[in-house]
Amino acid sequence: MQLKKYKQILVHCTVWICTVLFSLNAMAQTDPLIEKVSQKLGQVNDYIAEGVMKTDVSFIKASLGKVKVYFKKPNLLKVKKDGGISLLPRGGVSLTINTLLNTKQYTTIPAGTQLLNGKKLSVIKLIPTDDNLDWVISTLWIDPQEALVYKTATTTKENGSYEITMEYGEYANQGLASKIIFSFNTKDYKLPNGITLEFGDEDPASKQKSLKNKKGTIEITYSKYTINKGVPTSFFK
Amino acid sequence: MWSLIQIELYKIFRRPRTYIAFGAIAALIVVIQLGLKIDGDAYAGFLMKDINDTLTVDGKVLNGYLICYILLQLLLVHVPLLVALIAADMISGEANLGTLRLLFTTPYSRTHWVLAKFIAASIYTILLLIWLAFLALFVSMWIFGTDDLFLMKSNYVVLMEQSDVLWRYVGAFVFASFSLLTVTSLGFLMSSMSNNSIGPIVGTMSAIVFFTILSTLNIPLFNMVKPYLFTTHMNNWKEFFDIKVNLNNEAIRGSILNIPKIKTSLWVLTMHIILFVTASVIIIKKKDILS
Repeated sequence: MQLKKYKQILVHCTVWICTVLFSLNAMAQTDPLIEKVSQKLGQVNDYIAEGVMKTDVSFIKASLGKVKVYFKKPNLLKVKKDGGISLLPRGGVSLTINTLLNTKQYTTIPAGTQLLNGKKLSVIKLIPTDDNLDWVISTLWIDPQEALVYKTATTTKENGSYEITMEYGEYANQGLASKIIFSFNTKDYKLPNGITLEFGDEDPASKQKSLKNKKGTIEITYSKYTINKGVPTSFFK
Repeated sequence: MWSLIQIELYKIFRRPRTYIAFGAIAALIVVIQLGLKIDGDAYAGFLMKDINDTLTVDGKVLNGYLICYILLQLLLVHVPLLVALIAADMISGEANLGTLRLLFTTPYSRTHWVLAKFIAASIYTILLLIWLAFLALFVSMWIFGTDDLFLMKSNYVVLMEQSDVLWRYVGAFVFASFSLLTVTSLGFLMSSMSNNSIGPIVGTMSAIVFFTILSTLNIPLFNMVKPYLFTTHMNNWKEFFDIKVNLNNEAIRGSILNIPKIKTSLWVLTMHIILFVTASVIIIKKKDILS
């Protein structure tokens, strides 16, 4: 009688363990929508994109500048201004959708749907499975019909959080955006007057206050992509 | 008049003292350029500490344009002292030597002589500024190359395209010439009131130091008189390196943030020059030459 009871418990435990393992296995699999997006992005092995970059940070006065963006699979990315000094969010630019998904080292968690700019988008969270990756978690807003990512929010280990908003145009079939907006938190900027030698200049406290704790954005509007024509790896060093 | 100016220029450039200022400027600039060439990256890293927390700056930040700006910031405060060495000696030096009496016995009027001396001192001042511009700007461009100007001010950063920079330096040097001519005219005024060289030179230097301190102190009592002090306006050449932004926070190429401030400063400096030179002429015309 007691042996039969033990057998029942054993069967229950086995079934429960199998169920848990099956569920975990199912969770560890990549979401089909992410697969669809990856396949679309997979068509692009490398690209050189030309565009115009706008820097909007409260304590920086900069004009629009022509840039070239270089990408190579799996996650090499470089933004270079055409002659001149470029300002980019620290560590944030390399976290584009191509570089995030091409690593294939993540687990996906579906997080429902959300309405963004009139589009009903699926929200999927990515958690890296490789501890060496820079990012901790990333949320993707994806159009399930077009398999296009319209927004990502990524938290990194050392460089804070970034939001990247994308708009699509001519190159939507390859999953390449026509406009990318990087949003990031900026820290305070202040240099002592003794260094800048700006003694006696007006320095209203209100103006100072307005420059603090604002979000910065860097906007790149692409005019042309050159896809799969080869970009040497040495270029990214 | 031109012959009088030529005589005065001959006198200025015959004195070894004249070349002290040229040598001092060259030595200072070479030392700073050498230091920045060897250890400039550490200096730039220190300046950009706050920016590097948020952004990655890619490009040649420490280029000739930025070096020139750093040099001007340091030197345009001290060059007036070098200008005073010559300007404050123009009349009092001759009074001390006893040659002023001889000059004023020539067919030319005292006003002619005073103006000729002032123009000669001004030419010396402008040559000194051209020497400074050549070493600080063109030699720096040659040594460090050129790129966009990444200017770190106390509360914000201005990033100017390199094609938008050179004309600003031209404007800044023209402005600086007004600043230095004000010092020349002050030295000249001091010189007209004395019969020895040391007094006017030290007096001019003291006046510059005194008024510069008043201009830099942010004390409400002094703020009332600041707009009338020439030292408040002398450093406004920096306004050429501030740029306007539109509503989207995009810098407007070729713009200057505060043109009225530059105009006001130029007006104040010009008025000082006219006032000091006129006062010198009046003093000399009424002066008994006893030496």
